[in-house]
Amino acid sequence: MDAAVKFNVTVSGPADGQPMVFAHGFGCDQHMWRHVAPAFADDFRVVLFDLVGAGGSDLSAYDPVRHATLQGYADDVLEILHELDLRDVVFVGHSVSAMIGALAEVAEPDRFAKLVMVGPSPRYIDDTSYVGGFAEEDILDLLDSLESNYLGWSAAMAPAIMSNPDRPELGEELTESFCRMDPAVARQFARVTFLTDARPELARVTTPTLVLQCTDDLIAPVAVGAYVRDAIPGSRMTTLEATGHCPHLSAPDETIAAMAAFVRGGPGE
Amino acid sequence: MTHESLAREAFLEALVYDDPVQLYERAPCGFLSTTPDGVIVKCNATFRTWIGLEAGDIVGRISFVDLLTPGGRIYHETHYAPALKIHDSVREIALDLVRSDGRRLPVLVNATLDRDAEGRARVIRLAVFDATERRRYERELLRAKEAAESAEERARSLARTLQRTLISPTPPTIPLLDVAAAYRPAGDGMEVGGDFYDVFPVGNGDWVAVIGDVCGKGVDAAVVTALMRHTVRALAVSHDDPSRVLEGLNEVLLLHETDRFCTVALIRLRRDDDGWYAVLGTGGHPSPLLVRGSDAPEPCGGDGPLIGVFEHPSFVETSVRLLPGDLLLLYTDGVTEGRRDSDLYGDDRLLAVIDGHRDSAADLVEAVVADVLDFQRQEARDDIAVLAIGVPLP
Repeated sequence: MDAAVKFNVTVSGPADGQPMVFAHGFGCDQHMWRHVAPAFADDFRVVLFDLVGAGGSDLSAYDPVRHATLQGYADDVLEILHELDLRDVVFVGHSVSAMIGALAEVAEPDRFAKLVMVGPSPRYIDDTSYVGGFAEEDILDLLDSLESNYLGWSAAMAPAIMSNPDRPELGEELTESFCRMDPAVARQFARVTFLTDARPELARVTTPTLVLQCTDDLIAPVAVGAYVRDAIPGSRMTTLEATGHCPHLSAPDETIAAMAAFVRGGPGE
Repeated sequence: MTHESLAREAFLEALVYDDPVQLYERAPCGFLSTTPDGVIVKCNATFRTWIGLEAGDIVGRISFVDLLTPGGRIYHETHYAPALKIHDSVREIALDLVRSDGRRLPVLVNATLDRDAEGRARVIRLAVFDATERRRYERELLRAKEAAESAEERARSLARTLQRTLISPTPPTIPLLDVAAAYRPAGDGMEVGGDFYDVFPVGNGDWVAVIGDVCGKGVDAAVVTALMRHTVRALAVSHDDPSRVLEGLNEVLLLHETDRFCTVALIRLRRDDDGWYAVLGTGGHPSPLLVRGSDAPEPCGGDGPLIGVFEHPSFVETSVRLLPGDLLLLYTDGVTEGRRDSDLYGDDRLLAVIDGHRDSAADLVEAVVADVLDFQRQEARDDIAVLAIGVPLP
């Protein structure tokens, strides 16, 4: 099957523009980029996709063995780059997809021009002197949360998330799949996301990297963003005033501004 | 006072008592208002009681997310908050609040995000419902679903195990005899079918090959299948003639508490100085076909009555001296009665496929099964069992 179908790839912007690939994080799908991606579609070839199991991806593409590690998801990204023949790629990854992008970059550095990591964390679990922000039992608690919520969703098929009749412009292309994932896949993906230790990979990243760090991010605290900046040679970090884990939703303008200079500047700019 | 005036007084009293403030503070659900970032700006008495904190400890000091379990916080940040920002509304999100004494309160949360005329997020309003009982019930439901799934898996695995026990997966290797067999269960193969075959020795150079079909499916049919298969073995060691074995099977099945009947084709194969000598008998079963040279395949074994129906059946036997290159093909009616829409696979198609595959037992069996499955578009509605026995060319 085509990667474009498997991962629900959508492409916009000029065909000869520099490719800019946006990867959503754990929890939702490519619609997370709805306020940010269009700002780059004038001069970039903007590529959006859904991680396998999320949004409009093809569930049959999920392979419990391949997707038991983040490398499997990184290989999915590379599959998309190969199929669309994308080179000189600006890769924007949110949350776990920042690490997925790092793994893809380490595997095929020649394909990448720049990495933007929004709220990255190479490891969520505390480890001796490293503070990831969570204990292992917190992750089990998360799996419980997922289970409680998917139970209601799958059993009753009731839309847990309503579209807003007052803002019809939001409704049309946003299907009820937003923030939904097959429960079994979501559980495995939560494990892979939150129990992976990607710290050793960071030093191997050679592409110019920008870390976008929010104030007060529960999932990826400032110290973790700083760790990523320190670990990736030559990377830099911009701290946003935006709070929370999803600045591309809560403060899109600030996020766009922080990214623009970096992605439009020269190599290593 | 009249009944009417008493009722009217109670109505007015309730109306006055439950003014908007009381309605907000003492509503049977928790109400909260937060900034778009989640800092609590207002909450009602019901919520404060649940949490065990005073307004002064909550308002302006903590965010809604601070009151969640760590796992709930991740869920909040990765699912709930993005969904709220995209849709301006979320419904029935299951979370656990952590009370001031550390105990958890399972809740369901509905929230709306209010925007001003310019579309800027202004305030988030939450209604929080105590879902303790509901969560317990849902957990029971989930456990029951898991139990049902694992029970189903056990049943499937049992069916597969039984299937393997009832059908010899590979026939034994017999010196100077070429034997091959195949079995394809109907549908998804998860139900034990009634077809069986067996090839076993009853002496030195003395073998019995049997194929049969118990009517019906499922555990009940499987019990009869097992009974038939083992009874054949027991009878065959003390009765040389296929017809005596068939009579014995008939008697055993009649005495067994079942309405099920079965069909059987049985071959006794003896090796002597001149090669193999076969004696065949059938009970209600398609006659085995003798494939010899380039001749048309020839049914042999007669047409005895069904097993397990009649009190005193009489079976006939056919004897054949097998020559090098000869093949005997035994099959169940899943082959000839294979269906595609209203079309039957039928004898002619079987004879045609035999024609091109006379060289070895394995080749013949494989070709027949493939052809029948192709005909049915790979979805067999009935079990298919095929057994071929041949005398190799020197």
